Amino acid sequence: MSEPLLRAVGVRKSYGSTEVLKGIDLEVHRGQVVCLLGPSGAGKSTFLRCLNHLETIDAGQVWVDGQPIGFKLRGGKLYELREKDVARQRRDIGMVFQRFNLFGHRTVLENVVEGPVRVLGTNADQARAEALELLDRVGLAHRADAYPAQLSGGQQQRVAIARSLAMKPKLMLFDEPTSALDPELVGEVLAVMGTLAREGMTMVVVTHEMAFAAEAADEVVFLADGAVVETGPPETVLKNPEHERTRQFLARVLS
Amino acid sequence: MAGAEPLPIVRLKHWGRWVSAAVIVVLLVLLGFALAQAQIEWDSVPDFVFYRVMAVGLLNTVVLAVISQAVAIVLGILIALLRRSANPVAKWFAAAYIWLFRGLPVLLQILIWYNLALIFPTISIPLPFGGYLVHEQTNVLISAFTAALLGLALNESAYMAEIVRAGLTSVDVGQTEAAKSIGMTPGATLRRVVLPQAMRVIIPPTGNDFINMLKGTSMASVIGVTELIHAANNISSNNLLVMETLIAAAIWYMVVVTVAGVGQHYLERSFGAADRGPAARVGKALRGMPLVRSARV
Repeated sequence: MSEPLLRAVGVRKSYGSTEVLKGIDLEVHRGQVVCLLGPSGAGKSTFLRCLNHLETIDAGQVWVDGQPIGFKLRGGKLYELREKDVARQRRDIGMVFQRFNLFGHRTVLENVVEGPVRVLGTNADQARAEALELLDRVGLAHRADAYPAQLSGGQQQRVAIARSLAMKPKLMLFDEPTSALDPELVGEVLAVMGTLAREGMTMVVVTHEMAFAAEAADEVVFLADGAVVETGPPETVLKNPEHERTRQFLARVLS
Repeated sequence: MAGAEPLPIVRLKHWGRWVSAAVIVVLLVLLGFALAQAQIEWDSVPDFVFYRVMAVGLLNTVVLAVISQAVAIVLGILIALLRRSANPVAKWFAAAYIWLFRGLPVLLQILIWYNLALIFPTISIPLPFGGYLVHEQTNVLISAFTAALLGLALNESAYMAEIVRAGLTSVDVGQTEAAKSIGMTPGATLRRVVLPQAMRVIIPPTGNDFINMLKGTSMASVIGVTELIHAANNISSNNLLVMETLIAAAIWYMVVVTVAGVGQHYLERSFGAADRGPAARVGKALRGMPLVRSARV
């Protein structure tokens, strides 16, 4: 099998004396969709935020496309990078947040264009054309000149996805992308994510949407209390879980 | 019992409004009578308003206030950033700076700068291989105007630092995280994402401070800067019409402060509403202006 795109090894993280991640391993291959499930407080979001170094890790390593995230490998040692250099690594890793986090003072189009123009140095006209194409893909080209506050939650989240995609990332991280949405708006966001998955985007998704995990995921990872309880294809983990902890969680979520 | 006919409605009578209005009218009339009897040469006030020395005073007041405030805003942003920095040395430096320049009375600070020559007769900044970058008598380097500017600007910069810090803190951390996630550097994140959105919180107290600054320039009269108060004293020392000249100065203060208030209103509207619908156009128009744009990019 080829080298995985994302490899997390023994990721540990503590807040004060509470250890929230107790050594997590994860491998994601190109084109794979991995869903992280588990009860709240399990450390799913914290782990996801470690993958692009929004959170620093206390021990372990995260490798994306052969690069140690947040560090530089030299002479067999990992040297901590400055924030400016971490920014360069993050270009390839898109992230979609629970609370959308669109730039409130900029229009939809300006939100999408910001990264390519300011970070990648793409020519403004080209960036604009590509942004409109992306907005069309998420069904929001007609709202290009609106401000985020004028959009529904579902629309904002679709723009946020377009903003991430504009950077042409190798890997996309989704942090509970539908948890802050009204129930009737969840579908439109999941539809966009489903399309993305089918088109071969490599994705790590923290979610409570079991139906999405069952349909789109190549692999499901069940986390509890900061550790991986079980991993496997969705048919196995969701239908015939091995562990009691997983069974309890699924019973509560699916009831 | 209620029938088919709608019953008439008796609105609440707001007696308090009528009573308070009557009281105020009476007080104003009494004040009018008092002023009519006062020993004031009203006719001379308009002349004083347009005296040449008053124009000089007005100009100095406005120039001193604008430059001091501008310097204070720049320094304030810097100190606020140091205060929020992860570097403990920077953090402590900023805290000490604010403690010192906010703690001392402005008048005292102005006097210290003005009298600096007493302890440092000359100011020299030597270059590493001989010669001087600056080598000058302190009295020449720090004029009365410069001393007033230093005192006012440094004092205000401590307040600005706290205003800017409050503004930066008011922006949701999610905005910073989103900027990071698309690979923006800390500098770009600040300039493009955080600061523009902090403006909504920063502008109102800054406008407030600027109005205070306009009046605070009056303290420069103590060291002989010809601002409005000094100009008024200048006139009255010749004709002894103290109240008349002070009223003339008061009129100019009210004019300048009113203009500043109107300016603040428009600035607030343009930044505050930039993400909320139709009024956004004002903000966009403002941001489209070459000067503002270059300042924000």
